[in-house]
Amino acid sequence: MSYVVRFGRFWWDFVVGDDWLVAVGAVAGLGGTAALVHYDVTVWWLMPLVVVALLALSLRRAIR
Amino acid sequence: MSLSILFLAAFAASAVEMVEALTIVLAVGLTRGWRSPLIGTAAAFVALAGIVGALGPALTLVPIGMLRLAVGGLLLVFGLQWLRKAILRASGFKALHDEDEIFARERETARLAGTEKHAGLDWFAFTLSFKGVFLEGLEVAFIVVSFGSTKGGVPVAAAAAGVALVLVAITGAVVRGPLSRVPENALKFAVGTMLTTFGTFWGAEGAGVSWPGSDAALLGVLAFVAVVSLVLVHVLRRVHGAALGATT
Repeated sequence: MSYVVRFGRFWWDFVVGDDWLVAVGAVAGLGGTAALVHYDVTVWWLMPLVVVALLALSLRRAIR
Repeated sequence: MSLSILFLAAFAASAVEMVEALTIVLAVGLTRGWRSPLIGTAAAFVALAGIVGALGPALTLVPIGMLRLAVGGLLLVFGLQWLRKAILRASGFKALHDEDEIFARERETARLAGTEKHAGLDWFAFTLSFKGVFLEGLEVAFIVVSFGSTKGGVPVAAAAAGVALVLVAITGAVVRGPLSRVPENALKFAVGTMLTTFGTFWGAEGAGVSWPGSDAALLGVLAFVAVVSLVLVHVLRRVHGAALGATT
């Protein structure tokens, strides 16, 4: 395996970890929050709900 | 208030990671002598301090909104991964971290490895200790740096990590064995809860959200994440129990 691939894999494992869904979901949640704020929607409640959804989904995937 | 929670989070994260690093260094040191693993450990700490020293000041140049969004996202991903593992362990779906078992495995590996000398050092002992300490400490270094998105965050988090390091090192020197009685899963659960809280709070702020009650909302988010996580542990324990019952 080349050095670049190993380097990339290390950082992927380091940041993304065991479940890519968590990383993608967190980024999507923050992006959605920013978009809704842009349209003056009050969305402080959204990220806590995203956290619950991501935890539940990721745990479900882990125990299947 | 947020600085107190931040201190606790950095302290607990550092303590957990340093207990794991200590297991590796002790296994190598007790098997192959102390000089090379101690030099490897010192080199890893210099590298980690360099990362904090370089990235910490650099982050002050990034606009605070963008910084909180990026840092919040990173902390959220780290926190959810810690929490996920801690919930799986607490509910029985994943084996608890066993420092005694890891210690025995690392000692056996160290015993069987050949002797290769570089720069007067036992290269295996040096590299294993360096990698162990550096990799375990890297996440703590990122956590410390990311706390720079709050005023005074980096010095407080760095101090917390330093206190944890000193405590673990002194305990390890006294015990001369793996710190298997440290409640690692409980600490990981607490760290996961706090990192997820900071990530949610700062990430949403960075995305433009105004929290009701301003900084006081941090406590509300913390309580919410803790309760949800405990409920998930309870639910998964029942699922695990039912699955075990079905197989017997």
